Amino acid sequence: MVPFPGNLKESPSQTAGPYVHIGCTPNAVGIGGPYGEDAGARLVNDKTKGDRISITGRVIDGANAPLRDAMIEIWQADADGLFNSPLEKRGAADTNFRGWGRQAADGESGQFRFETVMPGQVPFAADRMQAPHAQFWIVARGINLGLHTRMYFPDEADANAADPVLQRIEPRWRVATLIASGARPNYTFDIRLQGENETVFFDV
Amino acid sequence: MTQDAGAFFPRDLAWHPKAYAPEYKTSVLRSPSRALVSLPSTLGDTTGPVFGQNMIGELDNDLILNFARPGELPIGERIILHGHVIDENAKPVPRTLVEIWQANSGGRYRHKKDGYLAPLDPNFGGFGRTLTDDDGRFRFRTIKPGPYPWPNNANDWRPSHIHFSVFGSGFAQRLISQLYFEGDPHIRLCPIVNTIKDPAAIEQLTAKLDMNNTIPMDARAYRLDIVLRGRRSTMFENRPEGN
Repeated sequence: MVPFPGNLKESPSQTAGPYVHIGCTPNAVGIGGPYGEDAGARLVNDKTKGDRISITGRVIDGANAPLRDAMIEIWQADADGLFNSPLEKRGAADTNFRGWGRQAADGESGQFRFETVMPGQVPFAADRMQAPHAQFWIVARGINLGLHTRMYFPDEADANAADPVLQRIEPRWRVATLIASGARPNYTFDIRLQGENETVFFDV
Repeated sequence: MTQDAGAFFPRDLAWHPKAYAPEYKTSVLRSPSRALVSLPSTLGDTTGPVFGQNMIGELDNDLILNFARPGELPIGERIILHGHVIDENAKPVPRTLVEIWQANSGGRYRHKKDGYLAPLDPNFGGFGRTLTDDDGRFRFRTIKPGPYPWPNNANDWRPSHIHFSVFGSGFAQRLISQLYFEGDPHIRLCPIVNTIKDPAAIEQLTAKLDMNNTIPMDARAYRLDIVLRGRRSTMFENRPEGN
């Protein structure tokens, strides 16, 4: 064991800054170097189970401009609703689905894109199910602490209505900020940091 | 090693920087104006991705060699940067991915959007990654980065710093931050550092000169321990009256 007292404080966050890509997605921004492939670049392969979907979107600031330097990560269950994590105790997740992806926003348009699969449903607590969703984490210059949000699917209206997380959101119109647009297999999810239709962000 | 899947302690959002910190100008338009919605930990928060040793190249944690041309070395102060990743319960966080990135010794980043006039070092990329060992330890070899000017106030300079990204075992532990170097007079002047209000929190990001891990006639050493959120005991979870 290491000689540390308990009751430590979490290391405080700082912004990822404008050059986060050097460390996290060097190949995506043309730096190259020692990594064969950027971590999180691909979620699926030929053997991944489930319905393929794409999620494209932008992160948009309080002046309605897309962030061209954001980095976006997603974490989601596989097609059967299982997470590819050693802490998943309900069963074995699809070994051909990582569940985690990471993309840099395009340096010109600010657009990001994930190729993934439709997530299955995951329980919340006491046997209540959550609607299918992907968790998002957003960092960028000007963001001091990474922002957590969730994307839900517009073609899952019944499940969304019963979702225990969405049910907590007040005022109710804000629920719509977490529902992607489009239809299977191509969804669009714009994340608005501030102002009109500001996306709901979570303290998880 | 056994791993606990319990819920995380809530984040102390007064310890972390606030989203809206106008002394750091870019935060003005990039900070939510509405309150965060607090949630209990769900399965998607208490689980997270794992990374295998097979993704880590032999030189990935050696920034002195991982971008250098054969037979050449980067210019600057050679340092070893090491520490533990632990959680708030002081439990080691084993086999988790730690990524770092930084400017070169002159304060120039290898990024097409960095237009600072200090030159690139042809033998320095400025990024590395490693997995912590079974005791949560990580270790890098690099060049101490230089300070650099940035367009915030008219004459702001960042202190020497290295960015770091850590995963932990649950997605809600995800953390990106920056480490500073003991004794740097730019630390107290920096608007980004000063988005953190508690001096003890700033101290927690300040790597200490570690003479015992220096290599004589070769490299200085700095140590920083990284603390991620701790997990509650699960022994009373899911009791009927609690839901």
